[in-house]
This record gives sequence, structure tokens and C-alpha cells, in this order.
Amino acid sequence: MSGTFLGMPSFPRNAAAAVQDSQLRFNLRKATHTIRDRRLSVVGELPDWAELRQAGKAIKDHTLRHLDTYLLQMEEAVTRAGGKVHWAADAAEANRIVTGLVKATGETSVVKVKSMATQEIELNEALAEEGITAYETDLAELIVQLGDDFPSHILVPAIHRNRSEIREIFLSKMAEWGKPAPASLTDEPRALAEAARLHLRERFLSTKVAVSGANFMIAETGTLVVLESEGNGRMCLTLPETLISVVGIEKLLPRWQDLEVFLQLLPRSSTGERMNPYTSSWTGATEGQEFHLVLVDNGRTQVLADEVGRQALRCIRCSACLNVCPVYERAGGHAYGSVYPGPIGAILTPQLRGMGSELDRSLPYASSLCGACFDACPVAIDIPEVLVHLRSRARHARAERLGMRAAGWVFGKPGRLARAQRMGSRFRRLVPRRLPGPLGGWTDTREIPDIPAQSFRDWWEQTDGGRR
Amino acid sequence: MTADTPAAGSRELILSRIRAAVANAPETEIPRGYRRTRSQEGLAELLADRLDDYRATVHVVPAAQVAATVGRVLKERGVGRLVVPDGVPEEWSRAAAGEGGSQIVRDDPPLSAEELNAVDGVLTGCAVAIAETGTIVLDAGPGQGRRALTLLPDYHLCLVRIDQVAGILPEAIGRLDPARPLTWIAGPSATSDIELNRVEGVHGPRNLEVIIIDG
Repeated sequence: MSGTFLGMPSFPRNAAAAVQDSQLRFNLRKATHTIRDRRLSVVGELPDWAELRQAGKAIKDHTLRHLDTYLLQMEEAVTRAGGKVHWAADAAEANRIVTGLVKATGETSVVKVKSMATQEIELNEALAEEGITAYETDLAELIVQLGDDFPSHILVPAIHRNRSEIREIFLSKMAEWGKPAPASLTDEPRALAEAARLHLRERFLSTKVAVSGANFMIAETGTLVVLESEGNGRMCLTLPETLISVVGIEKLLPRWQDLEVFLQLLPRSSTGERMNPYTSSWTGATEGQEFHLVLVDNGRTQVLADEVGRQALRCIRCSACLNVCPVYERAGGHAYGSVYPGPIGAILTPQLRGMGSELDRSLPYASSLCGACFDACPVAIDIPEVLVHLRSRARHARAERLGMRAAGWVFGKPGRLARAQRMGSRFRRLVPRRLPGPLGGWTDTREIPDIPAQSFRDWWEQTDGGRR
Repeated sequence: MTADTPAAGSRELILSRIRAAVANAPETEIPRGYRRTRSQEGLAELLADRLDDYRATVHVVPAAQVAATVGRVLKERGVGRLVVPDGVPEEWSRAAAGEGGSQIVRDDPPLSAEELNAVDGVLTGCAVAIAETGTIVLDAGPGQGRRALTLLPDYHLCLVRIDQVAGILPEAIGRLDPARPLTWIAGPSATSDIELNRVEGVHGPRNLEVIIIDG
């Protein structure tokens, strides 16, 4: 499938390049504005949206507080229902487990349901190294895979592509992966969907192993839940003889009843539908299938340890925050250098991966802190709060640290501030339009405010607040 | 390799990391102030309206006209081979074969995926429906068959009795058994992957027709 995000430059540099791409900006603007209106109208239909949101938030917080207990309950319930549970501390271990399970079946190909967890651990690449081909079956994932591209959105990984680009990719690449696209293919969305149907039908009927993620896991019953639209998920969950589900440990809900909250929150926030076309749930080995559940940590327990940052684990991957974000709309998903782009990515990626790289340190700044993401979030993740928290944790540039230390010294005593202000006033004619060195980035897009001839404090003292 | 050996260590590792991470985290009360029920008034109309909104074809008929409606819609569509799972009322399949002109296919012995793929349509009942969200839930019980039956054929005719219709989602959750494999269906197969616009018809049945039996 697509390449890797490793080694990408920082967000500002990626974004500066992306905003030059007018086709990308047009595609993103059109798509995000379409979905915004739809979400608002279906959310507005529910008189109890605020109560559902509060319940969703509290259920997730409660689950995270007792995650150890609920994971053990889940393991027991799945095992009782004939499934097998595996635990993976990191991506490498998860990939080893899945590769081993596929090899044990003797198969060399798997069909995949769209899953963020398997993208995060780069499972397709790991399988390919062992000679196993992973076929993506979600339409947008298929577009990304055929185009040898990166995902740029959580829900619609090919959101950066418009219909005519998709047609081109189908015409030139489908033949390499299986059934070719019909030569007469138009760029009508209906025709493109039909081409995907024909391309994958034979694959669904013949492939023996499927890999999925899950939107929710229910601890008390051991049930997994997958929401989808196209029916590719149902194909993968139903037809193959072996099903391997790779799920992040934070996807748990304690009780079956809790779904009544999340099955209302997720579709309305995600695709702006009252209900997505298909939702499948199953418990353990079903209808003669062999079932494996791989529970993945891969940095989640590290996020859980951060008092402010742990709320990011409430995320149900709806992507409403991406669709309302002014920064995402202009910069696009690739600039974030992670499978989790947009506002949620800006707080999740640096916490999952750590802030070792320049890119990951820059992500908490990929926001104007306008707060639209917080308003849209169905589980009330205060994304701006976490962004600010992470900014304070990131190591800052030397010039910035020195500047801040100097400013702190000046502001520390009133006398120092007064002297600095008088100095500024005296030399105010000498202030350049563009500041030197790294400070130039600031003045490139802003005017330096005029320094008055006299500071307010001096004026007050001299005139007794204007009375003299 | 077997997955057992490394997983045993990782299981303890993950659990201990969690315990250390949440040791001082506060407890949370779960407020459940959202709606748990809806009045039973106008459920058939609401369900029909919401299904129609997602491009399903819907008929609301009294019990006495069900068989005639089944025959008529199958004839109009020209559904040739129709798979009918065990437990579907005899009267419906007789109408499908008679007036509907369909050839009835049984899943006994179980059809292979290829055989099922060559069938034109499927006729089922359901377990529960949800009026407010326009959703039908199948639980692989009598009259519904295993999950693949309603997946591979391109046309799904589904019959819903009014007593199976819940007003809102929380009412339906209480009626369903999570131990059974559940398939929730809200309209025909669709995608929003091209420019975030909804288009019907990808891998699942492209045509969903629903008969709501009311009265």
C-alpha cells in the first residue's frame, strides 16, 4: 500500500507547500463544506444531543479509568465465545502476531476492512515483507492503495482526490491489482462505485482470510462492532474462513447498553447520516469462522498516563473535527505526516509517537486554537486545551528560549520594564520593518506595532492620569 | 510462530502500564439524561419516511395484503431466482413463486458463496426495526438466515411487522441479543468516499425494498 510518513518535515513546511496546490484546496473545501452542513442538520434533529454527548464523554472516561478490568472482561468473554485473544505491546508485536496467524492458514492474501489501527501499525507493509498481499476494500482506501498514495482523512482517506482523478487512477491501476476498470469508465460517482464493485467481487468470494479493526468492543459480552457504508465490511466479516480483528485497547465500552449512545453519536458526526448503511456486530467465532482479536497498546498507555492528554483516548474516529477545522481545510491531511491528521491528529500523534521528531513537535502548533473542533467533537475532547498543554511540553527553539528568558527578566521588576520601555521609545525610529533571524517569520505576515514616544506608565506619572 | 509466548508477557506489561497510568485518575459518574423511549404514535410512517430518505423503496400495507404485495413487487422487478431462508411464512414464499414468478432457492444444504452470488434476490423478515433512524436489524434468526444471504444478492426484500418497530435506538438495543451476529441495515449499500457525497450502490445489495405490515 502507500508509503510511510517517516522523515517528513515539520507541519509549517508541509502546509506551506500544500496551500500552493489549488486543486487540493478546491477538493477539500468542497468536501468539508458538504459534510459540515449535513452533520449540522442531523445533529439538530436530536433534541437530546447535548445529553448524548455528555453520556458519551463520561462512558469513555469511566472505561479508561478501569481499562485493565474491562480488558480482562473482554478477553474472558471472547474466549468463552470461541475466539482467541492476543496482546500486542507495540506495532512490531501486533504485526508479528497477525503475520503469524495469516501464515498459519497457508494463505498469501488477505482482504481488509478499513481500519485506522492497522494503518497506524503499518500492517500492510509488514505483511508484504512476508509475501502476503493485503487488499484494501473500502472505496477510499482502494483509491489510496491503487494510487500508491497517503491517506489524508480519517473517514475518507482519499478526500484529496476528486472524481476525475479517481477515474484516472482506476483506469491506469486496477489491472495491476486484479480485474481492470471498464475502458468506458466515466467520472460519475455511481460509475466509479460500480467499477469498485466489479473489481472486488471475485476477490471477496475467493479470499480465505480477512483483517478488520473495530469501532467498539463490548467488555461484558465480548462483542465487536463495525460501522460502514459500502458492504465491503460485511463481505470481509462474513465470507472468509478466518477473521483477524486488530483493535486499539481504548475502543472498549463496558456494556452492550452503552452502544445506544455511541450508535447515535458516531454516524451523525461522521458521515452526517442518521445511521450508516451497515453495522455489523459479532461475538467470538461466528457461523463457523475462526476468530482472533489482537489488542494493541502501541503508545496508548503512555497517553493514558497524561492527566490532560488522556482525553484524546475518548476519540471514536468520527473525523468531525477535521471537517470543521480551518487549518485542515487549507493544509490538507498529508501535512500532518500521520494516519491521524487534523485537530485530533495534532494531539494524538505527538502523544502516541512522542515528540522526538521535528514534525511531531510542530503538530501542537498546527492550529489557530479557534475551538471549532471542541464544539464538533461528539465526546467533548477539549482539543485546544490539549494543544496548549502539549506546546508547553515540547522543547522550544534556542532563540525562543533565550528570548522568553530575557522577557521574563525584564517583566520581573517594574523598574526594569520602565527602563526597557524608555530605551524602546528613544530608539523607536531604528526598529526595522522585518525583524532579523528567526524572528523574521513573525514579521513576514504582520506589521510591527508602532512604539509610542512615551510609555503609558511615564505618561501617567507625568500627568497624574491626565489631571495635570 | 505461535502468538502465545510473546503475548503472555505483553498482556501483563499492558495491564501494569494501565494500572500505573490511571492510579490517580478520578472516578466518573455517567449521566444518562438522553431519551430512552419515544411515543408509539406514527411509527410506521416515520420508519417509511426515514427509509425512503436513504433510497429504499417502502410499502406500508395491512396484513391481509402482504402476500399480494410480495407477489406484485417481485413481478415488477422481474426477480428471477430468489433465496428464501427457513422460517419465512409459507404464504410469502408461495406468493413469491406464484404471482411474483420467482424461482425459490433454499439455503439447505448451504449455498456456496459463488452460488449465492448468482442469485438475483433475497426475501427475509427481520428482528427489530428503528423508526427514527430508518434502520432494520437482522439477527440471523428464523426467517432471516445467515448473514451472507442478505449480502451477495443485489436485491433485498425485507418484511417488517409493526410490533418489531422500536421508536428510537435505545429501545432497539434493549430488544437485541448481542450473542447473535447482528446486521443493521439503513438503506441500500452506499458510499460517501467520492467528494463526501452519498452515492448508493457499492458492494452490498443495491436495491432494498421494505414492506411494513401495519394492521
